[in-house]
Amino acid sequence: MEKFKSLFKSNIRQYGMGIALISIMILFQILTKGILLKPLNVTNLILQNSYILVLAIGMFLCILTGNIDLSVGSVAAFVGAISAMLAVRMKIPVIPTIVLSLIVGGIIGAWQGYWIAYVRIPAFIVTLAGMLIFRGLTMVILKGQTIAPFPASYQIISSGFIPDFFGNGGLHIATLAIGVIISVLFVISEVNKRKNTQKYNFEVLSGGLFALKLAAIIAIINVFTYWLASYKGIPTVLILLAILILIYTFIANKTVPGRHIYAFGGNEKAAKLSGVKTNKVLFWVYVNMSVLAALAGIVFAGRLNAATPKAGVNFELDAIAACYIGGASASGGIGTVFGCIIGGLIMGVLNNGMSILGISIDWQQAIKGFVLLLAVAFDVYTKNKAKK
Amino acid sequence: MPENILEMKDIVKAFSGVKVLKNVNLQAKKGEILALVGENGAGKSTLMNVLSGIYEYGSYTGDIIFEGNECKFKNIKDSEKIGIVIIHQELALVPYLSIAENVFLGNEQAKSSVIDWHQTHTRTAELLARVGLKDDSNTLIKDIGVGKQQLVEIAKALAKDVKLLILDEPTAALNDEDSDHLLNLLLELKKQGMSCIIISHKLNEVTKVADRITVIRDGCTIETLVKGKDEITEDRIIKGMVGRDLVDRYPKRTPRIGEVMFEVKDWNVYDPLNEDRKVLKDININVRKGEVVGIAGLMGAGRTELATSVFGRVYGKKISGHLFKEGKEIQIKDVSDAIKHRLAYVTEDRKTAGLILIDDIKRNISLASLNKLSKNSVIDENKEIQVAEDYRKKLNIKSSSILQRSGDLSGGNQQKIVLSRWIFSDPDILILDEPTRGIDVGAKYEIYTIINELAKQGKSIIIISSELPEVLGMSDRVYVMNEGKIVGELDKEVASQESIMKCIMQSNREV
Repeated sequence: MEKFKSLFKSNIRQYGMGIALISIMILFQILTKGILLKPLNVTNLILQNSYILVLAIGMFLCILTGNIDLSVGSVAAFVGAISAMLAVRMKIPVIPTIVLSLIVGGIIGAWQGYWIAYVRIPAFIVTLAGMLIFRGLTMVILKGQTIAPFPASYQIISSGFIPDFFGNGGLHIATLAIGVIISVLFVISEVNKRKNTQKYNFEVLSGGLFALKLAAIIAIINVFTYWLASYKGIPTVLILLAILILIYTFIANKTVPGRHIYAFGGNEKAAKLSGVKTNKVLFWVYVNMSVLAALAGIVFAGRLNAATPKAGVNFELDAIAACYIGGASASGGIGTVFGCIIGGLIMGVLNNGMSILGISIDWQQAIKGFVLLLAVAFDVYTKNKAKK
Repeated sequence: MPENILEMKDIVKAFSGVKVLKNVNLQAKKGEILALVGENGAGKSTLMNVLSGIYEYGSYTGDIIFEGNECKFKNIKDSEKIGIVIIHQELALVPYLSIAENVFLGNEQAKSSVIDWHQTHTRTAELLARVGLKDDSNTLIKDIGVGKQQLVEIAKALAKDVKLLILDEPTAALNDEDSDHLLNLLLELKKQGMSCIIISHKLNEVTKVADRITVIRDGCTIETLVKGKDEITEDRIIKGMVGRDLVDRYPKRTPRIGEVMFEVKDWNVYDPLNEDRKVLKDININVRKGEVVGIAGLMGAGRTELATSVFGRVYGKKISGHLFKEGKEIQIKDVSDAIKHRLAYVTEDRKTAGLILIDDIKRNISLASLNKLSKNSVIDENKEIQVAEDYRKKLNIKSSSILQRSGDLSGGNQQKIVLSRWIFSDPDILILDEPTRGIDVGAKYEIYTIINELAKQGKSIIIISSELPEVLGMSDRVYVMNEGKIVGELDKEVASQESIMKCIMQSNREV
């Protein structure tokens, strides 16, 4: 028991937000009398929050360098408008439209990255300018109007579901199968990781606890896929998200560029004196951010099935909040991709739950503000405690 | 015999167990100028911080008696209240405020929090007249030179009704004319009855203005020379400053010196903030295989600037000159070029420029050599762990595991992490900037042993250090730097504290 306590204590920061997410979900599950976790609503939750989560992943890297990007909402709207112009007005096929839109995102990123990384204008200012510039340009392109509708295939990415190969109309079998496959892959990778850790004589969870942890996670995965299967199956955008999370977690943890970003945020001077090309790192972080913002813009436009001048307003704030709630440090160098996703989900569940309860939008805002402040206060508190 | 205005008795101050001040006794007399001299690290600044309340009462032992009363300062406000004002080497002026605003900063001429600008300016004008500054009190600080800024600092002190004025290296950044003016001002203020303590490396100035000279060495007061009683010459003072017995604090090494490995030729560098100011002037140095070369000099001599401008042009603008490695000219445009050419630089300040304090030991060690540990940019974490474990054992980094946060370790262990990072990068030339600053004696010895081991492997090592005994104890050859120039090159046989200090003093006189 003592051991369990110390384990809990040392991991509270890591798992703290996960626990918070689950508590909030249970709370709303009770308050909404079971509506929150209905398969239909779970699917909705994913669809509603997908673009914020995409933004949060990119924002995480910006925050990791100790900076911020305020322009992502406007960039998303701008790219949504560009893709509407290409696909709806000019009738360009969907795939080239998406590719072109992402390229536009990359160019925007290079523009902002140049000012931030090479001219060294504070990111806050450059992206504040970007926020105004691209909001304005969105209205210019759309001439203040809404362009709709998109071709049906454009919407697949945001509101489609994976096809059921075994389709019998009842449970979505392909979804269940994916759940099982992920579980197997997960177990294999965890066991390997454990073996490696043991090889170097680091402390690992005891066998029993390890099995318990695996069982719990497998249960969560399969219940989740079962839930989705009993509605329409896995949404395409969830696959997209999963791939992004995997790729960015890999980059952050296992690659040289990832390490350089962490080092940049931890101590820019030391990183520079150790051979990290700091300007280049900063530049590419912002290029990456805008490409992801473009992707979020495409997803959002597809979900609305329209490009509107007001798309993406305040997205940047939700994405930033997701990162901070998820444990990223405002001074840079600390955080994980997964944490930011958890942070994004906390915001999403709050939004969704409060909407179901019929809480008015003004109160929703206020409550979300409090949650953000509390989450960061908790983080600061545990950090100070760890220091002593 | 005038009475004491200040007496400090048996002052002892330790930082995490290391005694910086061992036993200091000091008296300043009313209406005279006391000079405090000693090498870098002798404890002068620490002593002044004790006196001004930066280190609060209770964090040191010993007594401070000011005008007959025992003082227990909690902070700098307490000491200023009774008339002790310290002017630090780095001036504490706000560049975008006017002279008048700066003079009364924190001491505003105000009635119920509303500033009386009329009084502020008239009083500033009076004070400026006293220090001999003719500028308008509305001038912004950024628009006047360092010499005048120093005078504003003194005016600021006068505004606080100062009784004892302490100046830490007041002329370090000044040219001769400004220095003269400042010193004459001090003599003038003395006539008006003010007491003054001046800390300075420039011994010619010390002999000019001081009534008495107290020498500090290794945290102890050694002697006090009185004008008119003792012989006061620069040589006499130097003898007091450096006259310690060199105990065997440095591990022995038999040098096996090979060909010239690395050469810096005609190296000129300008200040990045002020492109008209030349920081390094025609530097020519070289280092051979298996040789340890020391660069000695006082603070601000340009040693760190030299190292960082060579190491990937991290410092400086309009850099010109040539670098040669094993006889061939090499181009180094940034730090990764430098690493590719197998140069390494261990920074002077491990906390702000060396370590990533929030990262663990492992990540700090691998940072400069991730290319070696990765394939197609994917890091081989197992190999990384092995490397980190290896260095943790080899360099005896005391820690719970390689996953411990580097910020939680002691200075000596932190320094070993930085050293590990650069030894792992497998350099041919290793530049060490103040490698043992703020480290206890035991860890120092360990680091010296590592340095000797590297030299034995045929690596070329450059040690920059403000501690002369360290430079002398470790180096096969010593370059002396002063004001951005190499002012001496001494072989081990002739290098001594006296000969190094002489090189510096001589070049000071020439300027």
